Amino acid sequence: MENKKSLFSRLPIVSQLKKSVGLQRGMLIAGIVMTAIFLLTAALAPLISPYGATQRFDETQAPPSSVHIWGTTAGGYDVFSRTIWGAQTAFLVIVVAVALSIFIGVILGLLSGYLGGWLDRILVVVADAIYAFPTLLLAMVMSIAISQGRSNMWSGIFSAAISITVVFIPQYFRVIRAETIRLKAEPFVESAIVVGASSVRIMARHIYKNATRTLPLIFTLNASEAILTLAGLGFLGFGIEPSSAAEWGYDLNHAQSDATSGIWWTGVFPGAAIVLTVLGLTLLGESMNDLNDPRLRGRKRAGKKNARAKKKELVDV
Amino acid sequence: MTALVDLPAAEPAAQDPIRKKKAGGSLGKYLLIRFALIFPTILILVTMVFFLMRLTGDPITAALGGRLAPDQLAQRIHAAGYDRPIFIQYFEYLGQIATGNFGRTISDNLLISDMLATYGTATLELAVNSLVVALAIGIPFGMLSASKRDRYQDAILRVLAIAFYATPVFFAGLLLKLVFSIWLGWFPVAGRGGTSTEIAMASLAAPTGIYWLDSLRSGNMDAFWDVAQHSVLPAVALGLLTAGIFLRLVRTNIIGTLSKDYVEAGRSRGVSEYRLLTKHAFKPALIPIITVMGLQIALLLGGAVLTETTFEWKGLGFQLAHYLTARDFVAVQGIVALLAVIVAFTNFIVDVIAALIDPRVRY
Repeated sequence: MENKKSLFSRLPIVSQLKKSVGLQRGMLIAGIVMTAIFLLTAALAPLISPYGATQRFDETQAPPSSVHIWGTTAGGYDVFSRTIWGAQTAFLVIVVAVALSIFIGVILGLLSGYLGGWLDRILVVVADAIYAFPTLLLAMVMSIAISQGRSNMWSGIFSAAISITVVFIPQYFRVIRAETIRLKAEPFVESAIVVGASSVRIMARHIYKNATRTLPLIFTLNASEAILTLAGLGFLGFGIEPSSAAEWGYDLNHAQSDATSGIWWTGVFPGAAIVLTVLGLTLLGESMNDLNDPRLRGRKRAGKKNARAKKKELVDV
Repeated sequence: MTALVDLPAAEPAAQDPIRKKKAGGSLGKYLLIRFALIFPTILILVTMVFFLMRLTGDPITAALGGRLAPDQLAQRIHAAGYDRPIFIQYFEYLGQIATGNFGRTISDNLLISDMLATYGTATLELAVNSLVVALAIGIPFGMLSASKRDRYQDAILRVLAIAFYATPVFFAGLLLKLVFSIWLGWFPVAGRGGTSTEIAMASLAAPTGIYWLDSLRSGNMDAFWDVAQHSVLPAVALGLLTAGIFLRLVRTNIIGTLSKDYVEAGRSRGVSEYRLLTKHAFKPALIPIITVMGLQIALLLGGAVLTETTFEWKGLGFQLAHYLTARDFVAVQGIVALLAVIVAFTNFIVDVIAALIDPRVRY
């Protein structure tokens, strides 16, 4: 029983929630709540939205009313339904993109860090070149190469995800490689070599488990970046076709011309959806990152009086 | 991208103080190696884009496919040499760009170098404007946030910084347009200038391409005022995004230096908190701030594509999206090559500054 309880309190988000105080706890909770709302919306989109994502109506650019609570677009889509379904598209793209880039990035990072040599040098130079280049521009070129720029729902989700993947691999690669190089010098790896374990076994069992501890953090931060990249692609017209799935960025592209004629409802809602989702994921990732770093973690205050003066002396563990 | 991930930087081992006298030599060597690394970066990016674009076919079919008869198309492809093996074309392309010959765009037959010069200056103007906005907001508020650490001012500023980052440029642009151009009518909706300004700028003898500079030089104050009005919204939209990152950057680094012993020593000698913040803590914090700001050039260029499309600002990003849609691969390769050069050189300069300031970087 005791073992089970300690396992629960060691879970990523739970353990950090326990460590947090004051403002940091507030930011963490806000992040958790917003991310939960996003996930629930994505999962329950068919139940929440009154209409389908690609269902068209005769009233175009109709202002919010009881039939269409957030109005309709120039193409005759229901804004509320599009925004809700957009969460599902975003979720699918994040999962595919981040899973792919973790998978490839971790394997390359382990190989590069453990084996070293010319493979390591080449991979590092390539990863640095990609890492330095603007994410979105590379993703644009990728999406043209993969899908010629237009695609239906699943191929659109995959081409957007792969475009994002290519840009994210270097990040995972760098972190895992650095960890692997550090771990390679540890006694437990050396003893595994002495015992006669194969390189594959050492990488897969001994180093992998230790090197991937920081990944949940990068995962949350990257998830928010993936949403922004997807929306950027959609906005520029290199994402998913509007007739096959709802995508916030694409809807915002069409809302630009609406805005110049004073029609606000087509752009404000999908835009707000992007902001709230990214905000939630970033707050979550950020707070977890800060709480794992003792220097950035907020300190518990001693008493109500003289709290500031004593702050330096008290570092909670 | 990557803006919010503070990847743990490799802490270079402190050098033996005795070896300090030889630092001149090792600095030279470091700079030389670092300079040599620019070229693989550019080469890798140019190569990637070349092969990615060619995956989808040859440039002429892609750009003109539906508009020409098949035999005419084949003739054009043969004349341009696109029917030869891809590797021969690749090395020929490398040879061309090494000599500075980028060719002509397929869709509108412009010299790539002219195209880059025309639109590049527009992007430069936008980047500089938004950098000014970002610095003017990011640095003072970052310092305020650090000095009020964990109090309500800090909380508000930190949440705002994340909110700025979380807002895509095109949504910020849409809101700004809606509020300041449509409802309040203060600023124009899009473009770099009104029609008369565009005409005046185009008829200048030796334009720099940077509109506010050109209008000042020609003494055309109406045009200058027009350009200034057009600049505000795009600069704010892109500047706010970057300001959020600068704010966080300044905050983290100043918190770091504020906890140093020499600041405590200064405080015990009675140095005012304001002076401690602006002099003692700010200056040492500048090194990492400058380094990371230099790396944000990639973010700025990526954001520029979206900003330019939002505000119909005819710069490199706007054109890149346009040429990609038109499948004009030669133009896309030219733009990517230029951006790769900019990114590689900025990173080089950042590393040089870091090495000049901090000897530990040169390992």
